[in-house]
Amino acid sequence: MTAREAILGDIRANRPAGEFPLPQVPLFPPLIGDDPVAEFGDRLKRMGGRVAEPGTDDAFADLRERLGSAKVIASAVPELTGNRDLRAVRDPQEVEDVDVAVVRAVFGIAETGSVLFTEGELIVNAVAYLAQHLIVLLDPADILPNVQAAYLRPEFGRSAYAVLHTGPSATADIEGVLIHGAQGVRSLTVLLLPRRAG
Amino acid sequence: MSVEDLNPREREGVIHPEVRARDDESARSQDGGRLQHAEAASKPIRAPQIREAQPRGAKIRGDRPIDQAEAAERFLAAPLHQAAHDERLWDLRKKRDVSAHGIPEWEELRELASQIKTHTLSHLDRYLEQFEAAATANGVQVHWARDGADHNRIVLEILRNRGAKTLVKSKSMLTEECGFRHHMAANGIEIIETDLGERIQQLDNEEPSHIVAPAVHKTRMDVAEVFAKTLGTDPDNDDAHYLAESQRETTRPYILKADAGMTGCNFAIAETGTVVTCTNEGNADLSGNVPPLQIHSIGIEKIIPKVEHLGVFIRLLSRSALGSPITQYTSHFRAPRAGTEMHMVLVDNGRSARLGMEEFWTSLKCIRCGACMNTCPVYRRSGGLSYGATYSGPIGLIIDPTFNKRKYSTLPFSSTMNGSCTNVCPVKINIHEQIFAWRKVLVEEHHIPALKQGMMKAAGAVLSRPAAYRAAIGAADSALKVLPRFAVYNPLNTWGKKREMPEAPRQTFHAWYKQNRMKDAGR
Repeated sequence: MTAREAILGDIRANRPAGEFPLPQVPLFPPLIGDDPVAEFGDRLKRMGGRVAEPGTDDAFADLRERLGSAKVIASAVPELTGNRDLRAVRDPQEVEDVDVAVVRAVFGIAETGSVLFTEGELIVNAVAYLAQHLIVLLDPADILPNVQAAYLRPEFGRSAYAVLHTGPSATADIEGVLIHGAQGVRSLTVLLLPRRAG
Repeated sequence: MSVEDLNPREREGVIHPEVRARDDESARSQDGGRLQHAEAASKPIRAPQIREAQPRGAKIRGDRPIDQAEAAERFLAAPLHQAAHDERLWDLRKKRDVSAHGIPEWEELRELASQIKTHTLSHLDRYLEQFEAAATANGVQVHWARDGADHNRIVLEILRNRGAKTLVKSKSMLTEECGFRHHMAANGIEIIETDLGERIQQLDNEEPSHIVAPAVHKTRMDVAEVFAKTLGTDPDNDDAHYLAESQRETTRPYILKADAGMTGCNFAIAETGTVVTCTNEGNADLSGNVPPLQIHSIGIEKIIPKVEHLGVFIRLLSRSALGSPITQYTSHFRAPRAGTEMHMVLVDNGRSARLGMEEFWTSLKCIRCGACMNTCPVYRRSGGLSYGATYSGPIGLIIDPTFNKRKYSTLPFSSTMNGSCTNVCPVKINIHEQIFAWRKVLVEEHHIPALKQGMMKAAGAVLSRPAAYRAAIGAADSALKVLPRFAVYNPLNTWGKKREMPEAPRQTFHAWYKQNRMKDAGR
C-alpha cells in the first residue's frame, strides 16, 4: 500500500461523525470611508510603507533623490528606464546587487494598504526581495476596498506566483524592536500613478 | 524604573515597569509616528542591562513525562527574562484585542472560519485528492508522507536526485515536528533557517519557543551572546538593529548559493493547488524564488476548499497573532518558475489518527496564530521551552499528547482553566474543554501521579456547571485575577508562586457578547 492510499484510507476510516456543511461567506461591508485612496495610503503608512504623489512634469520627482543615489536600478515598468534589464536575467541570483526595483501593482487593497504582484509584473520574482528598495506604481483606480474583494479576483487562480506586499520586509524578533529590511527590501514606496492610456 | 516614573500614557496596561524602556529604537512611519506593525511591541520593552543567564527549557529524558513545572520554576527564577517575556506577549494579546474590536463582523468571521475548517476536515480525503490533481496539473510534483521520517526521507531523496547539498528554509512548525534539521545534518545536507527568530534558535541549538516569535524568550543580550559565538559579531553590542543587520548580511550569501529552498504552509487551496505562506520578513519568498528547486511541506490539515475562503482566514490570522491587519507578505505559490522544479509534500504525521478522536479532532482546525499562547498566564510565565514539546501553550497541551501520551502526559495540567485561550481562538477551538478532557483520559489511563488527581476534582466541580464557571471568571473586572484558587495558590503549581497576576481584559468575551451582540439582535 502506498503512503497515499494509507493516509486517505485512515482519513476515511476516521471521518468525524456529523454533518458539517460548507458555509456561504457573505460579502461584508468594506471598513473604509469615502476616500479609498486616502485610506489605502493611511493603512500602508501604518504598515511601514511610504506613499508618493506623482509630480506634474516628472512623475518620479518625489523619488529622484532615492533613484539618484542608486547605482543599479531594475525597472519592470515602461514609465521609467533603469540600467538593469530584467528580461535579460537568466538566474534570479543576478539581481542581488539591485539597489532599487520599480514594478507596477495589479491592484491595491484599502483595508490593509497591500499591493498585489504576480510573475507577470515582477518579471524576475526575486527582485522584489533581493533589491534594497522597492518602488511600486499603483493606479488609484486599481484600489479595491478590502481583502475579501481581493480574493474574488482571477489572478490567484491563474498566476504561478501571486504575492501581497504590505509595506517593507520587517522583523521584531529581538525584544519587539521593529526593524525594516529583515531579509527583503528595506523600504517600499507606492507612487500613485495612473496607468498609461491604451 | 517604577510605574510612577512612566508618563501616564505609558503607565496604562504595564505589568512589569522594570522592563519598560525610555528609549525607543523601533522604526518610524513616513509621518514620523511610531510604528507597531508585524510583531513589534506597542511600547518599548527592554530587559535591564544586568546580565542574567537565559533559563533553558525542560529536560528531555526519552519518553519519560516532561516536568514542565521544574522548567517553569527555573524560568520564574530568572526575573528579567520572565518579566520581559510576560510583558511582550501580553502586549501582543492587547494588540490583538484592539485589532479584533475594529472589525464589526469579527465573531461572524470566527464562526465562518470554524465551519469552513470543520467542513474541510470532515471531507479531507476528497479535498486532498482535489488539491493533488490541481497541483499536478500545475506542473508540481506531489508526494505523500505518513510520518516525519517519511517526510525527511522524501525530501532527502528529492535533494539527492538533484545533487543538492544546501537548503534555505522559512519557518515551519511541521518541519520542527519532523526533526527535519537534525535528520538533514546527519545526512550531510546543510540547512539554513532564514527567519531571524528561527535563525537565532538554530544557532543556539534550541527549538523555537513560540510558534510565531521563536526567540521571544531571549533578551537582546542573549542574542548578542549567540551571534558573537556563531557569527562573530561584537559581543558587547546588543543593539537590535546591529544584530538584525548582522543576520541579514550573513544569511544572504546562503540564500544566493542554496541548491534548494523550502517553505512551510499556512493554507493549501484545494481548487487551485496553491500553497499560501504568511510572513513578515519575506524569507519564504526568497526561499521559494531564488533557488532552482523549491519544496513546500504541508500538514494535511492545512487544506481549505477555495481561494475565496482566504478572505476569511487572512483577515483573522495576523490580527489574532500580532494585532496587525495582515502580515507584510502573503504569498501564493501555485506553479514552478520556468526551468525550475517545485515539489509539495503532504504530511500526515498523526493527523489522520487525530481525526478519529471524538473529543480532540477539532484541534486540527488550528491555524497556528499563537493567540492562545499570548493570552495564557501559564505560558507567559513559564516560557515555551518549558513544555519540552514542538507545540507549547494551550494548543500544545491538546496536540502534544496525540504524538506521545506518556511523554506529554503532564502537560494538560499546566493550565489554570480560565478559558481565555478558547475566547481568543480565531477558529473557535474549545481549547480549555479539550484540556479538561485530556486530563480525564490521562488519569483514566493511569498516566498521572496521584498528587495531580486532586486538582482534577476541583477543576471538575467548576467546569461541570458552565453558568457558575462564567460567573466565576466574569464577575470581577478581571478574568485572570480571579483564577480558581486551587490553580493559583496550590503549592504544587510552580506557576502560581509568583502572585502578581497580569491585568486581564475588562470584559470576558462572553460578557461582551451578551452585552453587545444580544442587544443588537434584539433591535
